[in-house]
Amino acid sequence: MKTEAVWKTEEQAVFSLRRLYRSYGYGPYKLSKFEEYELYVRNKDFLVSDQIITFSNGSGRLMALKPDVTLSIVKNAPDEPGVVRKVYYNENVYRDYREILQTGLECVGDLGEYEIAEVVLLAVKSLALLGQDYILNLSHMGLVAAVLSACGITGPEGRRAMDCLRRKNLHELERLCRGREGAWEKLRVLAESRGGGQVLDRIRSVLTTGAERQALEELQDLWKVLETSGCGGSIRLDFSVGSDLGYYSGVVFRGYLAGIPTGILSGGQYDKLARKMGKRCRAIGFAIYLNQLDQSEKENSLDVDTLILHDGRTDTAILTAAAQEAAREGSVLVTTTLPSDRHWGRLIRMEGGQSQ
Amino acid sequence: MKPWIHIALPKGRLGEKAYGMLKAAGYPCPAIEDPGRKLIFENPDLGVRYFWVKPSDVSIYVERGAADLGIVGKDILLEYQPDVYELADLGIGKCRMAVAGKKDFRDPVGQTLKVATKFPNITRGYYAGKCRDIDIIHLNGSIELAPILGLSHVIVDIVETGTTLRENDLQVYEQIVTISARLIANVASYQFKDEAVNRVLGCLEKQKEDVK
Repeated sequence: MKTEAVWKTEEQAVFSLRRLYRSYGYGPYKLSKFEEYELYVRNKDFLVSDQIITFSNGSGRLMALKPDVTLSIVKNAPDEPGVVRKVYYNENVYRDYREILQTGLECVGDLGEYEIAEVVLLAVKSLALLGQDYILNLSHMGLVAAVLSACGITGPEGRRAMDCLRRKNLHELERLCRGREGAWEKLRVLAESRGGGQVLDRIRSVLTTGAERQALEELQDLWKVLETSGCGGSIRLDFSVGSDLGYYSGVVFRGYLAGIPTGILSGGQYDKLARKMGKRCRAIGFAIYLNQLDQSEKENSLDVDTLILHDGRTDTAILTAAAQEAAREGSVLVTTTLPSDRHWGRLIRMEGGQSQ
Repeated sequence: MKPWIHIALPKGRLGEKAYGMLKAAGYPCPAIEDPGRKLIFENPDLGVRYFWVKPSDVSIYVERGAADLGIVGKDILLEYQPDVYELADLGIGKCRMAVAGKKDFRDPVGQTLKVATKFPNITRGYYAGKCRDIDIIHLNGSIELAPILGLSHVIVDIVETGTTLRENDLQVYEQIVTISARLIANVASYQFKDEAVNRVLGCLEKQKEDVK
């Protein structure tokens, strides 16, 4: 039996992802299970869920079981010119009273264009390791923010517009644009566009302000790199990938695997989070929700290759020899009754000293 | 091979109307029109499979990927906030979410307002926006009874024609939001079946315009 066959899907994924991240110079990052609760209260909107499990420690400080890894990494990010820290992690996080195995990487510090492209490429390569049929949706929050502000849609209405974009809800987005000249023409293109490089040309034709064009250029430069590296075919520019404008500033992306009903990878550039923590550094990273992989596991697979059924009178030495032989070829279960909760391939019955 | 498209329809009048639209849009499924106890109906030539589910469950089937598409009232989307794409307003099943009470109702501003409803999240959000202290009484049906029997001061419920309210001496006091049926899609299956999903969407949009 191949070694990989005894690993669970999650374990295989962790192993192959770790190898990928190491090959690009990312080092392991081990976090403690607890972090001061205050960190999460200050950055509540950054978290996926607000159900945080808290404890008081010995000195009365309120501690939280980690609901998130990114905040802790950014909090400890280097803030000197020219320094970049590249780390990957494999941690359990706790949300809504559930334990979720999350693996991911963070690239923090004095980042340039190369690092941004590298992280997006690693996101695509991660998906390729997890399944054959995968798609990464890519958006740019700087561009979305610039377009919304050029349309005069800000504050609570900006959040509503973001929500419409995120849900591909064009009918309500149109209503929101009423009374704002040129807004619908622009936002419609942003909301409807989905695909490769041609999307950028379509969008360019409706942009009017310098801020919009600057953000588009940034996205275009990145797109060129991704296309040249051969990953363009599995990336879709799609502006429904929305994240909180208060934290995310540049590219944001979400990855999907065929057969898994929710996104499995989520990431982006969150320089504004670092700013909120009083740092000048930039940051980009992504997380993969490995617990979602359970859903793609094949049903009806065998629990054990060979089942040896004996009646209790069989000689132990004979049984041992038969079990050892079967275990060399695959997995074996020795039992006196047929288990109702297992599936097996071959059945060997042994009565007395004889196999039948 | 074309990928199958699974569509969850809400049981009842709205679902039948929605199926009518899908049929006219080029996605008929003759099996669905035969009365019987079957739960799933398919048209292999078109690669489309329909199933009827409880209206409030449609978004669950779609969010968790058991259905690629679903037809659901905006009230359900507002109440449960599922993570799905909301691709179109089908313009059918129009009604409104409103606050209603007895004809002689006076808002007891000095005390906590008791509100009976099937939609606690919508109700909570609406009154939080007005900074009004409320006590939500979560009921599953016959909401109109609550103010009549003194269980609540008002109700928050869907009002279509207003006939039930009128017959029970109740009336609408505030409108919260207008409701209609929406076409929703599972976010992940949209990534892999976007062509097929957009074809259904395009045909439905055209159907909507033809009806207008």
